[in-house]
Amino acid sequence: MAINRRTFLKAAGLTTLAGVAGHAAMELLAPGALEAARPESVGRFPEELTAKRWAMLIDTKKFTTVQTYQRSIDACHVLHNVPHIPGDQEIKWLWTDSFKHVFPDQQHELVPDAIKNQPFLALCNHCDNPPCVRVCPTKATFKRDDGIVMMDMHRCIGCRYCMAGCPYGARSFNFWDPRPFIANIDPYYPTRMIGVVEKCTFCEDRLARGQIPACVEVSEGAMIFGDLDNQDSEVRRVLRERYSLRRKPSLGTKPHVFYLI
Amino acid sequence: MYNAGKIIPGLLIFLGLVTFPFWSNLGGAYEAPELVMPEAEEECVLAGDWMRANHMILLDDWRDLAVRDNKRLFTNDAGKRFDMSLTKTCLSSQCHANKDTFCDRCHDALAITPNCWDCHVVPTVGEE
Ligand code: SF4
Ligand code: SF4
Repeated sequence: MAINRRTFLKAAGLTTLAGVAGHAAMELLAPGALEAARPESVGRFPEELTAKRWAMLIDTKKFTTVQTYQRSIDACHVLHNVPHIPGDQEIKWLWTDSFKHVFPDQQHELVPDAIKNQPFLALCNHCDNPPCVRVCPTKATFKRDDGIVMMDMHRCIGCRYCMAGCPYGARSFNFWDPRPFIANIDPYYPTRMIGVVEKCTFCEDRLARGQIPACVEVSEGAMIFGDLDNQDSEVRRVLRERYSLRRKPSLGTKPHVFYLI
Repeated sequence: MYNAGKIIPGLLIFLGLVTFPFWSNLGGAYEAPELVMPEAEEECVLAGDWMRANHMILLDDWRDLAVRDNKRLFTNDAGKRFDMSLTKTCLSSQCHANKDTFCDRCHDALAITPNCWDCHVVPTVGEE
């Protein structure tokens, strides 16, 4: 059959329309099928913790060795089924690194040895101006109104643009199926599948159910979490009283993890 | 046609192979598998009939609402509240704790493999 370009385009257009109309057609064919999404039937838990702008403080005077940090790292990684993969393909949400790597622009020869050799905790900074969000082609990475930079693992296509975009190395890519690398899988948090990027989410699913982030909970006061927009919050009070650093401020990403010095 | 003796049988074999899935499934009537229903719970989140036909739509909506809109509390027509979570609600020990005898029986009979469980973990039977 001879088919000219015009006929082909018409057919292509129609099939596309049919695809677009799929969801609407569903409503016609199965009325009420989408009632699960009725706005009045879905909401938030009354105990949800809310903020205009979530932020985290890390007290580097209380956290001085890898051991002091380890409890928080373990709490996070166990809760979120973060696999333990040795080597350079490791998956990490919360980790420690040297002063030189965490604060490369605060370097000079006279930094005291104690600080030079101290490990610093690192995680996604939930930046106000996050390059990872800007470059993600699928909107799998997006910023919520309360400042949390979210990962929708369902939508991630594993292109790793966000990893190239993030100047803090806060994202990990699953080169393998992570399940064999998780010692005790917690059934109440999903694992990831191969080909998906992951990172810290400020425990947004815990906040939604009224709990503070797991790392903060076990940190014995060495981490503080709260609403930066609220003048009376603990985070604001402490930031008024103590000197703090942010990572790579010159990049303009406006990190919302603050290191108390 | 030049070489018709080879081309025509070749085409026939090709057609046979391509249509194999259609004619090989002809005949056998579909039998709905027997499912083991939850013991502790009588009512589903929404009416059973509706869920049978549309559970995938509900799960899809729940997923987007929870992850994208941070809405995780579902109230059904009877006013009962549920955590919009596949593992914490649907697969909890109170409901479909046994994926094999509920979810899989239908999915296997229909030869579909939803990839939900590549990430979402099935809580083991009896464990809370
Ligand atoms: S730290 Fe990296 S991953 Fe986190 S919000 Fe900033 S740019 Fe994105
Ligand atoms: S790897 Fe995933 S999250 Fe990152 S940019 Fe690509 S789609 Fe977005």
